[in-house]
Amino acid sequence: MMLPVYLGLLQKAEQSLASSYRQVADGHGAEPDVYHLCHTLAKQCDAHEQALAPVIERYGEQPDDEPERLHAEELSETRSGPVGLLRDLQDLYLLASLADVTWMMVKQAALGLRDEELIGVTQQCEGQIKVQLGWLTTRMKQAAPQALIVAD
Amino acid sequence: MVDRIADIWGERTPFARGEHWPVRVDQKLADGLVEADIDRWVQSACVLCSNGCACDIAVKDDQMVGIRGRAIDRVNHGRLGPKGLFGSVQGMRSRDRLTRPMVRVDGHLVETDWDTAMSRIVERSKQLLAQKGPLSHGFYTSGQLFLEEYYALAVIGKAGIGTPHMDGNTRLCTATAAAAMKESFGADGQPGSYLDIDNCDAVFLYGHNMAETQTVLWARILDRIAGPDRPFIVCVDPRDTEVARVADVHLAVRPGTNQALMNGLLRELFANGWVEESWVHEHTIGVDELRAVVDPWTPEKVAETCGVDADDVRRAARIFGESERVLSTVLQGFYQSDQATAASCQVNNMHLLRGMIGRPGAGILQMNGQPTAQNNRECGADGDLPAFRNWENPAHVSELAQLWGVDSGVIPSWAPPTHAMQIFRYVEQGSIQFLWVSATNPAVSMPQLERIRSILDQDSVFLVVQDLYLTETAQYADVVLPAAGWGEKTGTFTNVNRTVHLSDKAVDPPGDARSDLDIFLDYAARMGFTKNDGSPLLDWEGPEDAYRAWQECSRGRPCDYTGISYERLRGGSGIPWPCNDEHPEGLTRLYGDGVFATEPDYCESFGHDLLTGATVGEQAFRALEAHGRAIFKVSEYVPPHEEPSAEYPYRYTTGRTAYHFHTRTKTARSRQLNQAAPKAWVEISPTDAAALGLGEGDVVRVTSARGELVVPVRVGDIREGSVFAPFHYGYFDAAASVSSGHASAANELTVTEWDPVSKQPLFKNAAVKLEKVADADGPSDAPTTTASRPAAQGTVRATVGGHDGEASSTVDLEAWTADRAEALS
Repeated sequence: MMLPVYLGLLQKAEQSLASSYRQVADGHGAEPDVYHLCHTLAKQCDAHEQALAPVIERYGEQPDDEPERLHAEELSETRSGPVGLLRDLQDLYLLASLADVTWMMVKQAALGLRDEELIGVTQQCEGQIKVQLGWLTTRMKQAAPQALIVAD
Repeated sequence: MVDRIADIWGERTPFARGEHWPVRVDQKLADGLVEADIDRWVQSACVLCSNGCACDIAVKDDQMVGIRGRAIDRVNHGRLGPKGLFGSVQGMRSRDRLTRPMVRVDGHLVETDWDTAMSRIVERSKQLLAQKGPLSHGFYTSGQLFLEEYYALAVIGKAGIGTPHMDGNTRLCTATAAAAMKESFGADGQPGSYLDIDNCDAVFLYGHNMAETQTVLWARILDRIAGPDRPFIVCVDPRDTEVARVADVHLAVRPGTNQALMNGLLRELFANGWVEESWVHEHTIGVDELRAVVDPWTPEKVAETCGVDADDVRRAARIFGESERVLSTVLQGFYQSDQATAASCQVNNMHLLRGMIGRPGAGILQMNGQPTAQNNRECGADGDLPAFRNWENPAHVSELAQLWGVDSGVIPSWAPPTHAMQIFRYVEQGSIQFLWVSATNPAVSMPQLERIRSILDQDSVFLVVQDLYLTETAQYADVVLPAAGWGEKTGTFTNVNRTVHLSDKAVDPPGDARSDLDIFLDYAARMGFTKNDGSPLLDWEGPEDAYRAWQECSRGRPCDYTGISYERLRGGSGIPWPCNDEHPEGLTRLYGDGVFATEPDYCESFGHDLLTGATVGEQAFRALEAHGRAIFKVSEYVPPHEEPSAEYPYRYTTGRTAYHFHTRTKTARSRQLNQAAPKAWVEISPTDAAALGLGEGDVVRVTSARGELVVPVRVGDIREGSVFAPFHYGYFDAAASVSSGHASAANELTVTEWDPVSKQPLFKNAAVKLEKVADADGPSDAPTTTASRPAAQGTVRATVGGHDGEASSTVDLEAWTADRAEALS
């Protein structure tokens, strides 16, 4: 059974996302909405990780034998300026997408296993990740024209 | 004669539920004049709060010399408040009115002629459009202009230039009202009516100090309270306001915790079965999500989070649950606090759960702060698309393109409108280089003033300021344009409950001052904005042309003005929209049929996630299949971002006093109003005063992470741990200054943060510390007649107006008003 591998991937994805939100928040403190929402969403990711903990306890942990081809790691530092903000939000979007699609696959497994606890966790968390993606999209849509056309 | 400074609300005219609110005509003429001296009376409505009291302006020798309420009008039945009586005319007639345009020469503003001033603006505007394009331009307007002016500005911005960077001071006062109604009902548009006061069994006031912000509306409630079957009053406010003093339940929540309280009230409705199940089933969607979110919020949990009594939560919920007709009103205590839109939607949810909407006495008033805020929202000078069109709906955008004779692509509909705080951020970053501010004063009204001042002072921005006076903001301008104001120009505006009034020109403006409409039309002509067929984009000669164009724009939309002409508005009462063939007299209440504006092709917005502000989007909205049903929008409670700490142990909140409006541009120029509340103060509780060794009138320094205030203390009735400052007091009258170490503007301390959905800034919660600077040389100047009265009564000289504050007041129990038949039906 390879589900434990994916539970591990998911945990890693949520951890990277949480720490990246915090990185972006603190790197773009002059954008108050980005600052506060990134901190709020980082806490949401922490909660996702906590919700996964009892499930991981039940299924056990198993390392991933597949080699990494795309290195989706947490943001090491942030950029600055309007285009830098866009790029950082875009990176967050990629990390959130990875979490989103991983939740989808874990949910499929949970449904197949009829694991009510895991189904509940996936439904709650997947919905929140989708809203996170929605916010990132909304914010980038707002910022892109100004950053790409008129900002220096 | 009544001293209306001492007696803000005037003589009581009690009435029972279902009776007609009696007429009382209030009048104030300049010293020494009697009615026989008046040459003519010119119809208007008051612009010193959002209530929209109809009035007539007294004119003698071509000067405005007085005011009286219009008896027939459905809004005020003849009454006027102190600001209307004493501030309307004096606010326009001060000697220091701007009379000539000014331009900056060698760092100084010097007077010039219109041609020079406008040429400078047009030259810079054209140059930037050529070099940088439309996104280099931003417009920041007001809640004070007339409908015709907002519409002209909206067309200029959206079809002439094509910039999404348009907003107004309405963002600071009423954006959440609009946002909450869009989320819950699919479009902006006030469900309720002032008539609901006459018919209700209970009034819930959420963060709404109506006694000071809309004094005439409060007089209507006081008259019900004085009547034989007084309604229950429930007040949510951290201060012991006049509203709280007559309330059956006062929930003095900790600033920043509204959403937790609302969750608790809603939980009680579910827990006690106070739910109209069949109505909810037929007319709403999303009740299960609501139930799940509020379920953990027991009264005890609310008590712990909000600092209120659990039994008071139960009592308030019981009043709501057991009354047949409840009227709810909401204002800045919710709109300018944490989770603004979420908490305001919860108020809507209370009514939806009980099916209390659209019938007499059962209504919602999501209030406005400013007199013409509603029109800014309607016309789209606040960034929205005109007539509540949906920027995410291509069909709505092409309707506008057709109406204006331009390509759809010109209209900036590819991103959400840029809200005020973001506009200022773009100015700060240097990407907006042309900013035109009309009839508002961000240098005092916006949060974190040190930052705002530095933004306005940047060399990178060409700043145009258009106003009546040389405001704090105008000091930073490259070009200052002298505007004509109330009584000096003709136009319409609409109040909180959708009532449209006409304000006719009574006198000529001083010197070379011109109406805001004329200025905008002149700019459009000089810029050469055209339609696709080459004709001028704006070919209007005057306000009535603009109004007729607006009527066409509004046709078929929720705010349909097609049945309201200038002619119909002259002589009678204001008329509520929608007014069209279907509703020839205007519709008093919306949604009486339980059909909401959530049809996807009709709605103004596809909605947002209330926690993050993420747009729901067309596809997901269609999938909801709301189709005319209201939507229970919900969000979890999130604690405030700035909580008291060891360094900043107090919670700071700001607000209005009854005697001033906005940044006192008009009201400080009224003798009576200025004397009633001449200087800034800060309120603290007796317990905190004792702990800090402070007495009445001692001067304190109040410091947040962003700035400081140095003002005298009023030891008053505010909850322990909280500090209140009125936001009116800037620096134009040199009563105080920042550089001298005597900052008086409340927004020196406020935080740069906004609600994720409405984008309304957060003025109601910040962490501060207090320290004594000097001993008192007398009590503070805070009024004793309002929420700022001293905790120890009789220790401070009472606020009175004396002879100067007297106004006449004539009660007529038989007099007819436009809504009399409806009130009695």
